[in-house]
Amino acid sequence: MSTIAPTQTPASPTVQRPAGPAYRVTAARVLRAEWAKMWSLRSTWITLGLGLLFLVAFGLIAAFQFKSRITSGRPMDRDFADATALSLSLFGTNFAQLALGVLGVLVAAGEYSTGMIRSTLAAVPRRLPVLWSKATVYGLTALLLATVGVFVAFAADSQIVSSTRAAMTLSDAGVVRSLLGAGLYLALVGVIGVALGMLLRSVAGGISVLVASLMLVPGLVSLLPSSWQSHISPYLPSHAGEAMFTLHHDATTLSPGAGLAVFLGWTVLALAGAAVRLVRTDA
Amino acid sequence: MIEAHQLTKRYGEKTAVDRLDFTVKPGTVTGFLGPNGAGKSTTMRMIVGLDAPTSGSVRVNGRSYAAHAAPLQEVGALLEARSIHPGRSAFNHLMAQAHTHGIPRSRVEEVIELTGLQSVAGKRAGAFSLGMGQRLGIAAALLGDPATVMLDEPVNGLDPEGVLWIRNLLTGLAEEGRTVFVSSHLMSEVALVADHLIIVGRGRLLADTTVQDLVREAGGDVVKVASADPARLRTVLAGADVEITGRSGSEELLVTGLPAREIGIKAAEHGIALYELATRTVSLEEAFMDLTRDSVEYHGSTTGTATTSAKTTGAETTGAETTRSAA
Repeated sequence: MSTIAPTQTPASPTVQRPAGPAYRVTAARVLRAEWAKMWSLRSTWITLGLGLLFLVAFGLIAAFQFKSRITSGRPMDRDFADATALSLSLFGTNFAQLALGVLGVLVAAGEYSTGMIRSTLAAVPRRLPVLWSKATVYGLTALLLATVGVFVAFAADSQIVSSTRAAMTLSDAGVVRSLLGAGLYLALVGVIGVALGMLLRSVAGGISVLVASLMLVPGLVSLLPSSWQSHISPYLPSHAGEAMFTLHHDATTLSPGAGLAVFLGWTVLALAGAAVRLVRTDA
Repeated sequence: MIEAHQLTKRYGEKTAVDRLDFTVKPGTVTGFLGPNGAGKSTTMRMIVGLDAPTSGSVRVNGRSYAAHAAPLQEVGALLEARSIHPGRSAFNHLMAQAHTHGIPRSRVEEVIELTGLQSVAGKRAGAFSLGMGQRLGIAAALLGDPATVMLDEPVNGLDPEGVLWIRNLLTGLAEEGRTVFVSSHLMSEVALVADHLIIVGRGRLLADTTVQDLVREAGGDVVKVASADPARLRTVLAGADVEITGRSGSEELLVTGLPAREIGIKAAEHGIALYELATRTVSLEEAFMDLTRDSVEYHGSTTGTATTSAKTTGAETTGAETTRSAA
C-alpha cells in the first residue's frame, strides 16, 4: 500500500501540512468494514442464533413427533405420511428463512433507520461496493450457518428415525444435494433480504415485502385459474427455492437446477433494484 | 479547498440551494451562516456526495468527493443528524469506518483520545449524551486526518466546556493548514473562530465576506454625540466620508465615519460644549440579523407592530447589503 516514499511530499503551495500516510478505499477493505460492522451488533448474534436454533430444533421436534407416531401407531396426518429423514430435518427451513431474511433486511435497512448510512456512504461515496460487500459478507455467513444447521439436523434426524420407513443416510441419492440446496436457498433468502433492505430503506417495509413474497404470494397465486397457476406457480421465489432442496420432483415443480436458476434470477433482480436505488437516490 | 459552482438543489417545488458560488480556502476557518432552513445542511450533504446537486457542481480539492481514492482523507465531515448505529460501540463504529480506508487501529485510538472519549469508547453509542455524540461525530470526521474538516452545527448541544473545546479545535486545525468549514445559525458562535464568512438565506448567497468587512458594511461604529449647538457641530464635522443624522430640535447627533476622539477634539476647537460622547459598535449579531431578516423562514413575533417595523427596516438594509455584496 505504501508505494509513496515518505520523502515525496506533494508540491502544494497552499497547504503547508505534511502529507500523512496514503490511505485508499479498496473492495477488500469495504468487505472488511462490512464484516466488522455486521459482527459488532448484538442483533446479528441473536438473530443468527435464532436461525440456527430454528433449523436444528424444529428438525429434531419433527423427527421426534414422527417417531412417536410410528411407535404409538397413531394415524399419520398428511405432513408426515410420506416423510423422510431428509424432509423431517428440513422442517425448520420455513422458520429459519424468516430469521435469516429478516437479519438480511436489518443489515441493510438498519443503516437507513439509524442514520449510519451517512457515515457509510461518506466513507465509500461510490456506494455500490457497499451493497456488494453487504450481500457477500452476509450471504456467505448465512450460507455457512444454514449449511451447518441442515447437516446437523439431518445427522440427528437420521439417527432418530433410523429404524423407521423414513430412514435415510447421506449416501442416499439426492440427500447431499438437497441439504446443500437448502443451505444455499437460505443464504440467498438472506441476500434477498439485504437487497430489499437497501431497496426500500425501511426495516418494516423490507420485512413486509420479504414475508409477502415468500409466504403470501404463493397463497394468492393458488386462487388463480389452474391453467394460469401451472405457468406461474413453479417460478415463484418460494416454489423455485423449494425445488432446490426437495428430493422428489414432479411435473408441477422445477428440477433442482432450474429451481436454483430461477431463484438466483429473483436474487439478481432484487440486487439490481437495490443497486439502481442506491446510486440514483440521495442518501 | 471547497469550490461550489452554481450549486443548486431542488426538492420538487422548493429550492433548498439556489445557484451558490463560493470557495472555502485552506488555512482559515470559514463560517457558513444562515437561519434555519437556509440550505446549509443540504449544501454540506452535497459536498460529501450524499445528495446529488440538481444542477451545478461542488469540488473538493479539485475533484468531486466521490472521485477521490481516499475520501475520508480529503474531507472529514460531521453532519447535523447523528450518523451512527446506536447499537454499536464508539470504538467499533470508528474502527469500521477506518477499515474502509486501511486506517490503522492506532489512529482510531488517537482520535478517541483527542476527543476525550476514552472512558466511553466501549459503550453503545446509542446511550451517549448529545455532547458525547457530537464528540464521536468529530472523532469520525478527524479519522482520516483530512485536509478539509467540515462540521455542521458542531456546538449544538454542547456544554460551555465543550463549546470552548470545539473553538480551540477549529482554530488549531486551521493553523495546521487545513480547510475548516463550519456551519451555524448563531453569528456570535462563528465570529469567535471564523475569519471568513459565507452567509446564505433561502438557499441564496447573501454575502461572501470577512468578519471585519461585515461589520464595516453594516455601518461600522456609530458615535452618539449630544451638544449645545447640534447645527453648528454638524457643519464642523461634515466631510466626505462622514454621515450625520439627527432629529431637528434634538441635541443628539449620530455620526458615522469619525472616531469619538476626533469629534471631541473638533468640538473643543470650535468651542462647542459636549454633553455626551459615546461609541456604539454595531454587533455582528445585528449585522447578521439585518442581512438575513428577509430570508428567515419562520418569524416569531413578540408584538405585532414591533415585528412589522423591524421587518421594514430590515428589508431595506438587506436590499442594500445584497447590492453591495453582489457588486
